[in-house]
Amino acid sequence: MASYSTNEFRGGLKIMLDGDPCAIIENEFVKPGKGQAFNRVKIRNLKTDRVIERTFKSGESVEAADVMDVDLQYLYSDGEFWHFMDPQTFEQQAADATAVGDAKRWLKEQDMCEVTLWNGTPLAVTPPNFVLLSVTETDPGVRGDTSGGGGKPATLETGAVVRVPLFIDIGEVLKIDTRTGEYVGRARE
Amino acid sequence: MADQSQADRDWRPSAPLAALQLRATLLARIRACFARKHVMEVDTPALSAAATTDPAIHSLVTTWHGPGSDGARRCYLHTSPEFPMKRLLAAGSGDIYQFCKVFRDEERGDLHSPEFSLLEWYRTGFDHLDLMDEVEQLLTEILADIAPVREVYHWTYRDLFMEFAGIDPFAVSAADIAAELQRNRIGLPVGMDDAPLDAWLDLVMTRVIEPRLGQGLVFVRDFPSSQAALARLRSGNPPVAARFEAWLDGVEIANGFHELADAGEQRQRFMNDNTRRRSTGLQPLPADERLLAALQSGLPDCAGVALGIDRLLMVASGARCLDEVLAFPVERA
Repeated sequence: MASYSTNEFRGGLKIMLDGDPCAIIENEFVKPGKGQAFNRVKIRNLKTDRVIERTFKSGESVEAADVMDVDLQYLYSDGEFWHFMDPQTFEQQAADATAVGDAKRWLKEQDMCEVTLWNGTPLAVTPPNFVLLSVTETDPGVRGDTSGGGGKPATLETGAVVRVPLFIDIGEVLKIDTRTGEYVGRARE
Repeated sequence: MADQSQADRDWRPSAPLAALQLRATLLARIRACFARKHVMEVDTPALSAAATTDPAIHSLVTTWHGPGSDGARRCYLHTSPEFPMKRLLAAGSGDIYQFCKVFRDEERGDLHSPEFSLLEWYRTGFDHLDLMDEVEQLLTEILADIAPVREVYHWTYRDLFMEFAGIDPFAVSAADIAAELQRNRIGLPVGMDDAPLDAWLDLVMTRVIEPRLGQGLVFVRDFPSSQAALARLRSGNPPVAARFEAWLDGVEIANGFHELADAGEQRQRFMNDNTRRRSTGLQPLPADERLLAALQSGLPDCAGVALGIDRLLMVASGARCLDEVLAFPVERA
């Protein structure tokens, strides 16, 4: 099993900590002149997304986490799992609800997503930064109102609810920024 | 090795010209101070046949080839000029000081560099308390119009731990410290299962106390005897090391001793260090027999201190890391 010593620590490195895969965010070396050296490390737990600070005795080794990001196409959900496919190899991956997390609000069939694999199975799913989704439910559009003031909720085909301008109608395709969950504009035909 | 495009980006110094000028100013002022006090500037070798045995300090090693080297001789880059300076003292030099580059492996961070500038000086007839006063005077004088030293604090090691961490370092166990850290929501450190108590105390020092020291010049003295390093022990209950450390604006900048002069005890400490080195998987290192011979012949009663020049410069110029005051940090060396 690959491992890293504290001297190899740097931002982005993936390690195992308390049984969970983690990514190092920041690494600080501290040492009294005549004493024990430590690495004070800021770490993101890739399962929970929580950021914690941990101290390592310098010189310690930790197990590397077998974590990699791959671009996969979203196929469908059977309610329990969300299925993805590598468009080159046609190899499929099934991500559970924990791995998909919030991303499920934005997953549209055929879209390419970044899937983080840990030991070969999906750990997290990142949707594309922008998705195109059609409106399935909203109050009738107010024609000519382009003021942008106010707005109203609209339910999209994936079930996500976003605030949209008053002129938007059912059936329109909208561009959404998945990082903020905000309406960007109407999709160009 | 830097390729050409990287070299195009980083051939310049990482420190501004003002920091280089401030270094020159401080060195000139320190030299003037010592000249006035009749402390002699000396120069001792950076390459040594012996090395520090201190398990927490790692020497860089190189090989000398050439006439007299018997083909190839292993040399250690000094981590401090302490041993040869004590040989000078034993040989009758009187008060001495030295500026030098020292080298330490396995160290790199905002406050650490594998090579750094040290000022080390020895005063005969001084104990560590006298030398603490001299450090205070020196810093007050040379920083007066740059970054004046406003507050000076004195702590014993025990009082410092009691005040800032609620721990009596002479009565605590590793398990107590682990429990205390957890109470303060500080995650248990990785790799400390078999660590000695001193490593746990170092953890409290760096994790809990140092960040709270704040502005000013802070002296800490009376270290546990297990952290005596090269200081003599003072009898008492418990016995403590005649050692002090100084922090300037929260940055550790100096370490001093009322110097151990007993050759037998010094030899024993070298052996204890090497025993600890072996138990932690480190190579035992050759003890400096010439230092031991010098102590045997007689070291004058003296106190000595090492002060980190780069860190002093960093604090004096308000910089947050050494790279802001080093011309070329190791990554650009």
